[in-house]
Amino acid sequence: MIMKLNPDLFLFRRTRELERKIDRFYDNLSESAIVFRLAVRSYIKTGWTDEFHERLERVSQLESANDSLRREIESELYEHTLIPDSRGDVLGLIENSDQVISEFESTLWAFANERPEIPDPFRSGFRKLTNMVVKAADELGLGARAFFRSPQDVPAYNHKVMLYEKEADVISTTLKRAIFAEESLDLCRKLHLKEFVEYIDSIADTAEDVADRLAIYAIKRLV
Amino acid sequence: MDPMLLIFLSSGMFLGWALGANDAANVFGTAVGTRMVRWRTAAVICSVFVILGAVISGAGASGTLGRLGSISAMPGAFMTALAAGLAVYFMTRSGLPVSTSQAIVGAIVGWNLFAGRPTDLAVFSRIVGTWVICPLLSALIAVVLYKAMRTVGERLRLHLLTVDALTRTALIVAGAFGAYSLGANNIANVVGVFIPARPFPDIEIGGIVIDSARQLFFLGGVAIAVGVFTYSRGVMMTVGGTLGRLSAPKALVAVVAQAIVLFLFASKGLESWLMARGLPTIPLVPVSSSQAVVGAIVGISLLQGLAGIRWGVLGRIVIGWVATPVVAGIICFLGLFFLQNVFHLAVK
Repeated sequence: MIMKLNPDLFLFRRTRELERKIDRFYDNLSESAIVFRLAVRSYIKTGWTDEFHERLERVSQLESANDSLRREIESELYEHTLIPDSRGDVLGLIENSDQVISEFESTLWAFANERPEIPDPFRSGFRKLTNMVVKAADELGLGARAFFRSPQDVPAYNHKVMLYEKEADVISTTLKRAIFAEESLDLCRKLHLKEFVEYIDSIADTAEDVADRLAIYAIKRLV
Repeated sequence: MDPMLLIFLSSGMFLGWALGANDAANVFGTAVGTRMVRWRTAAVICSVFVILGAVISGAGASGTLGRLGSISAMPGAFMTALAAGLAVYFMTRSGLPVSTSQAIVGAIVGWNLFAGRPTDLAVFSRIVGTWVICPLLSALIAVVLYKAMRTVGERLRLHLLTVDALTRTALIVAGAFGAYSLGANNIANVVGVFIPARPFPDIEIGGIVIDSARQLFFLGGVAIAVGVFTYSRGVMMTVGGTLGRLSAPKALVAVVAQAIVLFLFASKGLESWLMARGLPTIPLVPVSSSQAVVGAIVGISLLQGLAGIRWGVLGRIVIGWVATPVVAGIICFLGLFFLQNVFHLAVK
């Protein structure tokens, strides 16, 4: 009864619910990064196993959950004409962040479908590359959360995204060079492995692209 | 009721309507323009609080106008209000920012000149002084408010959506306060010139006597409310474009600063509080809500450097400052001459 009489209380309740959805969206992004890392490490160590499959399933669930959350957030922001000044930026940020988790999923599906054989000398390189990519995605998630509460902190997180992305580029270049220098592999396998290096590395590139947009969104909030 | 009375009062009602149509945009324009508050919500709150402000606190600024020129004949009051209304109309048509406060002061001085009455220079200079002080004070208040809001916002680390919800609520509260202050301060422009003529007999309801002035304040408040409902929508939607697009928090600061300034120049309670403590008082003078809002926006823009200021708009405001009272005074003088010599009406 009180809620009906007082629209402001209702307004704040709706706001809290939407804030929780945005938080859950970024919780899912950071969880999917962790699960992605575990899945790739598991694949590198033991190939396609039930453990890998479970991790892949988990990332798929998180990706679907985030798709639903994204749609709900979008429709609520428009239906209730919330944050008119920043609505486009928030929707852009969420849609682009969703791209990162989609790439986690598609890369794992590529592992599941194509089942590349990763020779011993390259395993450490793949692990390092995965770690770096996951760190870039993690920092992006932190930066995006900061955008909502303290936009002045966004540049610090973005800076780390850039550093990890650069490091991922260095690792991927070294790895690709090593793959093509390996005489025991035929060209077909070399190209196959290169493709997986690029799959993983592209996640850091996407994280960097989102961070670039995030930097502009944060500046707009601060001006 | 004398039908002539209605004709004479119509010019004041026209001025009230114009005030409601234009100045409501200063209170709720940015909130409605940025779609933070629905127009209907804004119009209802604005109308109710303008009437409350006019009836409860309208006497302060009206007294000052009365001291500037006590127009005791209804035809004279009619022409004074009409001259102010026409000046507002012509200036708006010329694309110059206009203040009803300045128009009515110019018209009263025009009446004084025609009637051969001396203009109280002390009162006149006090009023003109407030025209300069009003935007400056508004800018200062806006700067302090904006800095305080940013500091608190950074410390509290509120979520963007919480800030949005709080800003919406605050815009409604500040808009209500702004509308109350607008009614209290600017009702003098609308019906102030009719007060000395005492057109209505006192009404007694349940032991409470409602005098002629208060009845006029109510009527003027209703005229402003009609202006809000019939014509303010378009003005509210475009006000952001004229002044430059504001973010919702900046819009809130601009509205609060403007409301505080209008309230300061209208509050008898504050005047007696300051007097009781031996402090200098703030003159109770009708000031321009447009200039208060512009002052606040310029203040906020200054925080981000001079580049944010639209010098062209500022230049037009200064031209409007000088031209509005002069044009109103001339129209009033000529109109009174016409009324007296063509219609043989007693205008003084």
